[in-house]
Amino acid sequence: MLLMSDKTNYKQNQAYQTFAKQSEPSIPVLFNCIKAFLIGGLLCTFGQGIRSLFIHFFDFNEQTASDPTIAVLILLSVLLTGFGVYDKIAQFAGAGTAVPVTGFANSMASAAIEYRTEGLVLGVGSNMFKLAGSVIVFGTVAAFLIALIKTIWMQVTGGSL
Amino acid sequence: MMYVWAFIVGGLICVIGQLLMDIVKLTPAHTMTVLVVSGAVLDGIGLYEPLVDFAGAGASVPITSFGNSLVHGAMAEAEQNGIIGVITGIFEVTSAGISAAVIFSFAAALLFKPKG
Repeated sequence: MLLMSDKTNYKQNQAYQTFAKQSEPSIPVLFNCIKAFLIGGLLCTFGQGIRSLFIHFFDFNEQTASDPTIAVLILLSVLLTGFGVYDKIAQFAGAGTAVPVTGFANSMASAAIEYRTEGLVLGVGSNMFKLAGSVIVFGTVAAFLIALIKTIWMQVTGGSL
Repeated sequence: MMYVWAFIVGGLICVIGQLLMDIVKLTPAHTMTVLVVSGAVLDGIGLYEPLVDFAGAGASVPITSFGNSLVHGAMAEAEQNGIIGVITGIFEVTSAGISAAVIFSFAAALLFKPKG
């Protein structure tokens, strides 16, 4: 008796899983990729415009222009997040707005704004890096290991790579 | 011409992110982490800097450049001060990005009310 019910349970379970799979909305991968390409590409083109401004009108060169460009993009992203515009664009663009540095700033600003009600220290202070923290932690650990290996390698081989 | 390459390269990096989310089914946080570590590895083997020279903001705006800048700062200090430079220099280049994000986000938390 127990075996029987186990069997029917299993069958029902399987039937449910195939049913669930069918009714799961299929992801329009190609369409998503086109959107990510266009929006992400436009963001980078816009960044290139800011970069050119810094190179032509201020004393920055090709190497140093990246830092102020990123700072300006972050400021714009935080402002758009505050006005609730960034999240609307992000819903449409997917990775197109998540992958550029503006998405990183958006995750920090939205966490900071959202937890404001829990106070400045416990809310804003401790939740700001809730989403962005993993990027910083893994980026730093990876960069540390890579730079360490590279430095030791260069010292052992006498500076040549 | 730089604008065209910025558009294409930046767009393609975003497509890689989208594929990681849709096909590999990573969460956005995992996707960003993979991209940052990839940027660090690419810079470690000397491939990211040529991409920045070639595509400008197309390579420096996506989050992959964060990993690249971390390795870059660490290496620049390490060349001057030896192995301790890896620790002291790691945030040298990314300082603009991290401090801007922290300062502006903090200001935003003071100025804006949560939406929805």
